[in-house]
Amino acid sequence: MLREIAAWVDDRVHLSKLFASTAGHHVPASSGSWFYVFGSATLLCFVLQIVTGTCLAFVYVPSASEAYTSLEYLTYQQSLGWFLRAVHNWGSNFMVAIMAVHMAQVFLFGAFKYPREMTWISGTVLLFCTLGMAFTGQVLRFDQDAYWGLGIGASIMGRTPLVGSNLVHLLLAGPIIAGETLSRFFTLHVFIIPGLIIALVSLHLRLVLTKGINEYPKPGRLVDKETYAAEYESLLKKEGVPFYPKAISKDLIFSGLVILGILGCAAYFGPKGPTGVPDPTQIDTVPRPDFFFLWVFSALALLPDYMETFLLLTAPVVIIGVLFALPFISGTGEKSARRRPGSVLTVIIIFLALGTLIYLGTYSPWSPVMNAWSANPTPVEYVKGRSPLELQGALLLQNKQCRNCHSLGGSGGQRGPALDGVGSRLTGDQLVRQVIQGGGNMPAYGKNLKPAEVEALVAFMKTLRTANEPLARDTSRLEQPTR
Amino acid sequence: MAYEEKIEEKPIAETSTHSAISRRSFLFKVGAALNVIAGALFAVPVIGYVFSSFRQREPYQSWIALGAVGNFPENQTRLATYRNPFTRPWDGATANIPCWVRRKAGDTFQVFAINCTHLGCPVRWFEESHLFMCPCHGGAFYEDGSHASGPPPRGLYQYKYKIENGQLWVRGGVLPTLAEPL
Repeated sequence: MLREIAAWVDDRVHLSKLFASTAGHHVPASSGSWFYVFGSATLLCFVLQIVTGTCLAFVYVPSASEAYTSLEYLTYQQSLGWFLRAVHNWGSNFMVAIMAVHMAQVFLFGAFKYPREMTWISGTVLLFCTLGMAFTGQVLRFDQDAYWGLGIGASIMGRTPLVGSNLVHLLLAGPIIAGETLSRFFTLHVFIIPGLIIALVSLHLRLVLTKGINEYPKPGRLVDKETYAAEYESLLKKEGVPFYPKAISKDLIFSGLVILGILGCAAYFGPKGPTGVPDPTQIDTVPRPDFFFLWVFSALALLPDYMETFLLLTAPVVIIGVLFALPFISGTGEKSARRRPGSVLTVIIIFLALGTLIYLGTYSPWSPVMNAWSANPTPVEYVKGRSPLELQGALLLQNKQCRNCHSLGGSGGQRGPALDGVGSRLTGDQLVRQVIQGGGNMPAYGKNLKPAEVEALVAFMKTLRTANEPLARDTSRLEQPTR
Repeated sequence: MAYEEKIEEKPIAETSTHSAISRRSFLFKVGAALNVIAGALFAVPVIGYVFSSFRQREPYQSWIALGAVGNFPENQTRLATYRNPFTRPWDGATANIPCWVRRKAGDTFQVFAINCTHLGCPVRWFEESHLFMCPCHGGAFYEDGSHASGPPPRGLYQYKYKIENGQLWVRGGVLPTLAEPL
């Protein structure tokens, strides 16, 4: 009876035919490789995000005045709310990371070449959609980081010539971050971008079916537009296997591991935030973006000022342009990474650069440590045996917030150089000049310090010497400096 | 059946009579034109709604009282907050906007936006070193709002202010950016 019902449904709905022509389509046996598991894993992450996101939307209130309370309710009151929030957060982390690996893999395997240009381009747009989800999602976690993150987005938009303020208003849904801003980001995060992603994933997968999955590249087997289609056809005939059940095993194993990884991280690390209330008058805050944008955050701190606006405006255009043009610039020829050292180098450089910037972003040495001056003690050995004048200087070094940017004994800001051993590096005159005039990224303290204070401060800094190194001295002077 | 007859009729009509072809293509054109017009009538308000920031400019800046002048001691910089005039009932805490008020002397003030000119993070005033410091990328500003160090491209944004009836008023309502400083 059940069998009959199933047969009837299948006859009317054509399910088994659909299954055979999709999951059962033939792929080169060589593509059943561990390198080919990242695309399906990214899609799996997306499905997980839809499920958890929908669940969160049952409770979340997309209103600027209620969002934070509803997030707290979700995290602390709603049964398992913390876990679904954690899965959604970790799912997004995994999705971005796996997508990056997937992209690197298809690039290194030449999968973007003829006839799969549109597969690559749709994948590129999917990358930007996913980053769009990451940014809008960070805003929906409507806390202090979200508020100031929006301010950063608006400030970047505001650098656009001519239409800058229009773009800011468009982004914020008004002249300032307010009630409508959150509604706008909710709409983007829940309707517009996911809709785009679903449409693009459909295209992406359809292209995998119509143009075939990239065969495992062999060094020396070149892509030629004249002959490629026939070659691929004969490859499928010779060693083609149905994706299900012959080539899917590794995808299944990896997908399972990814789900377990997400669940494990979610259970162990828990959800992210929300940090403080999104009340801009709470200015004791240190806004940081989520990890997908930490590299932007770092780049914006480290870029030379004069090229910042230029790069902010041109880099996105150039990056998108290069990614779109890639399959047309390099659409034929060698696919194997073994014969494309330039491509390998490019991937290594990009990943190293992003990795370094993200790592720097996690501890942001360029930011002043706002409470170092009042929270970090002066190391005891630096005040032992010092004269009253020098001790006065040590006090000034704390009270004038020098420690916010300069560390002593390993604690304090890293914006400026550490002051341990500064007495061996700079002479008294140089120290006076640096304190009064600033320079090299240091503000001038001339107006804020009395001459006596400068003298005390410099006297203290001259005592900060590296072990066994003499006081720095000015060789143009005859008399030798004394302590 | 009527349905089948219609299908059989189709190829005959298309190949034989000239008038039928023109009638079909005429109907198609009418249908297409109708949909273009309807589509435009639909799209114009939708696009106008979404991109209203490019079209209209309601006045959203207004004068806001920050409190009695006496609340701000001379030669000091203090945090003041106000309720953003461009409000919706569901703004919540986001409509509480802070700013730094520096009373130089008498009726001479400087009112600085909280937002760093680099990327909008909240700058903090340090009374002891007479500096504003930004927690994001390390921008620093002097007491008078001018750029001291770090990546900011200009000094702090300053509100227009006036003193009326012993109250300090500032003109606000916009998130200051390089494109639209206060």
